[in-house]
Amino acid sequence: MSQVLFDAPGPRARRRMVWVNILATVVVVAIGVWVLVKLGEKGQLDADLWTPFLHADAWVDYLLPGLRSTLEAAGISIVTSAIFGLVLGLGRLSRSRTVRAVSGVIVEFFRAVPVLLMMIFFYMGLLQLKIVDASDVPLLAVVLGLTFYNGSVFAELVRSGVHNLPRGQREAALAVGLRRGQSLRSVEVPQALIAMLPAIASQLVVILKDTALGYIITYPDLLNSARLLGTGQGNILQALVVAAAIFIVINYALTRLASFLATRLGSRTAGETRAAPPPMAIDTGKG
Amino acid sequence: MRRGLLAPALLASAALALAGCSSDDDSGDDSSSGSGDSIKIGIKFDQPGLGYKDGDTYTGFDVDVATYVAGKLGYDADKIEWVQAPSANRENMLSGGQVDMIFATYSITDDRKKVVSFAGPYFVAGQDLLVAADDTSITGPEDLEGKNLCSVTGSTSAQRIKDDYASGTQLLEQPGYAECVTALTAGQVDAVTTDDIILAGLAALPANEGKVKVVGNPFSEENYGVGIPKDSDKCEDINTAIQAMVDDGTWQKLLDKNVGASGYKANEKLNPPKPAACA
Amino acid sequence: MQQGYLDDVREAFTGYDVLGAFWVNIQLTIYAGILALVIGTVLALMRISPVPSLRWAGTTYVTLLRNTPLTIIIVGCVLGLWGQLGVTLGDGFQQNFFRLAVLGLAVYHAAFVCEALRSGVNTVPTGQAEAARAIGLNFGQTAGLVVLPQAFRGAVAPLGNVLIALVKNSTVAAAGSVAEASVLMREMIENRPDVILAIFVVFALGFVIIVVPIGLATTSLSRRLAVAR
Repeated sequence: MSQVLFDAPGPRARRRMVWVNILATVVVVAIGVWVLVKLGEKGQLDADLWTPFLHADAWVDYLLPGLRSTLEAAGISIVTSAIFGLVLGLGRLSRSRTVRAVSGVIVEFFRAVPVLLMMIFFYMGLLQLKIVDASDVPLLAVVLGLTFYNGSVFAELVRSGVHNLPRGQREAALAVGLRRGQSLRSVEVPQALIAMLPAIASQLVVILKDTALGYIITYPDLLNSARLLGTGQGNILQALVVAAAIFIVINYALTRLASFLATRLGSRTAGETRAAPPPMAIDTGKG
Repeated sequence: MRRGLLAPALLASAALALAGCSSDDDSGDDSSSGSGDSIKIGIKFDQPGLGYKDGDTYTGFDVDVATYVAGKLGYDADKIEWVQAPSANRENMLSGGQVDMIFATYSITDDRKKVVSFAGPYFVAGQDLLVAADDTSITGPEDLEGKNLCSVTGSTSAQRIKDDYASGTQLLEQPGYAECVTALTAGQVDAVTTDDIILAGLAALPANEGKVKVVGNPFSEENYGVGIPKDSDKCEDINTAIQAMVDDGTWQKLLDKNVGASGYKANEKLNPPKPAACA
Repeated sequence: MQQGYLDDVREAFTGYDVLGAFWVNIQLTIYAGILALVIGTVLALMRISPVPSLRWAGTTYVTLLRNTPLTIIIVGCVLGLWGQLGVTLGDGFQQNFFRLAVLGLAVYHAAFVCEALRSGVNTVPTGQAEAARAIGLNFGQTAGLVVLPQAFRGAVAPLGNVLIALVKNSTVAAAGSVAEASVLMREMIENRPDVILAIFVVFALGFVIIVVPIGLATTSLSRRLAVAR
């Protein structure tokens, strides 16, 4: 699209662009210098606040275990969310009006409630119930919060994935003698799932970022481990910067994977592969 | 309410089963009941100077006191299993049997005594203020009128200052005290408040050396006790150990070593405390 | 027994300003939403502009902000922007932290607004831009008069999604010293752990009441505004 919005720039436009670029660079550099000078005045650029991150200890004792916890929570959540989402998504496609309505209410409820609120609730609730080890509660609360929210997103993906399949898929399935349920199970949902894969990969980015909310309930995720390191070394700002950088690198890689999957899997399904979840789909009778 | 939580609980156990597949090294694992002669002690992992997890070693006053007491109870240092005991979990961890003792800035209160038992106290802390090293204008909570204060989100200590001493105090709430200290050293807040020994632990960090100090005018009394399960029979032995530690000078030595670097001295009127009689 | 529980719940809620806490979330959402829309539109324009450096800058912004946890951004606003750089956005702590949280929420969600608008731009057929250029409009006119108006209409649904995310993410402002609904909920549960479920349900329903109408409105709006092709 952007290629048709303008002509290839001519000599005058190019000269103007050079000036604009120089001006913009000057502004950006000026802001950067101001920030660095200010930070320098406050002593935040002192080498001994940053060098701890070059030592193996910081990584072996804090950042890598933290990353592991983050990936662990995210990994479990993606599996449980997929299961939860598949069940609810099929529920929303069910022929029984009651099942459709109940699944719909569950999905919309959990999509609307902030993950942070759910984590706090599960954390405090599970501590009270004492049905699991207190030391397992933070992980469980993080996983439950992430599962209910992302599972609802996945349920929408399943539903819209099936709806977005060409009608001919079901018609053909019915024509060869499959029943409606069989058609759903062996023709439509498998294709919808493949169409979903890129969106699942992008949703992983959301899940990974949201594990950072677990710091509020003492889950030792990457952010919390970085904070712990920063607390002991007295360089918490630097620790936050390093944690942010790690998050950005991992999430960027996942985003790239999502778009790679979107192009790669396009031929495996009659549905539309896209790297983003579908728009909010409160059912107003379209499907 | 129990019924209402059943479904999440079931899902929870399913998630737990999944968790079991992917992780095998939970440090807080309590299934190692086979080794009869080890002891599980709950501490804070995130309070430098008191209980701090430094790689695979543990440092701080709480840790050292716990090591001493455990030694007197017949457990060598290598028989101690350290478990993280965040404030909200402490009672549950004791009554659920996941720890045998807790040394984690655990104030003895009547409410808590209904659920768990306490030995000690082994230290009497008090709410105090951490200020910039060159600040002479703040000597107590009354001086905070019109000043800026930092504390942790949801903590009652900042509210106490607003209610009882200086209602015109502006408050910054942060996830942890370390964040508060950055705001203090940058000059954006004038004081950080919580128990004096916790502040002293932060002030003793090399990175904060010479930048901050504890005012040393505590205005509350927090008796740090050793949390033990309600039915525990260790109370007397722990108290004997604490008394011995005070008598042979180890208590003072440990205090100076862990939180003394910034020149902090414990409130001498109340310290070292005499362990209270066991219930 | 049943009556007793309800009484407990009523008692647990007396003395707390639940509506006031939600009002903070709504205010955060409104201000941050407007600011995010402005920043996001500028970013989207940068990303479709003829100047390569602007495109690069827009892409970099989106990549960085979108992949950072919001908590870090909010804490960074308070501890970095205000704490270290001394940027003050209001009189008194409360106003200052509120505005810093608005800024943090806005810069984060602007990246998503930009992406939503780009998806809207993609719904505009190439012919529209070609026709605009054929009658002699330059880039600014093509983008501002022809493409963006249609893009906004095509982007209503994804923009609604961003708004819903913003409502929910306003709870993260707690990390920036803003007392909003999640802080109050936590405090109430700590004081009355016996009615934890009722407290959670009330707060959760509060968000459902805010979010569901937004979802319904944007869904119907996007259908009404959709450009018939």
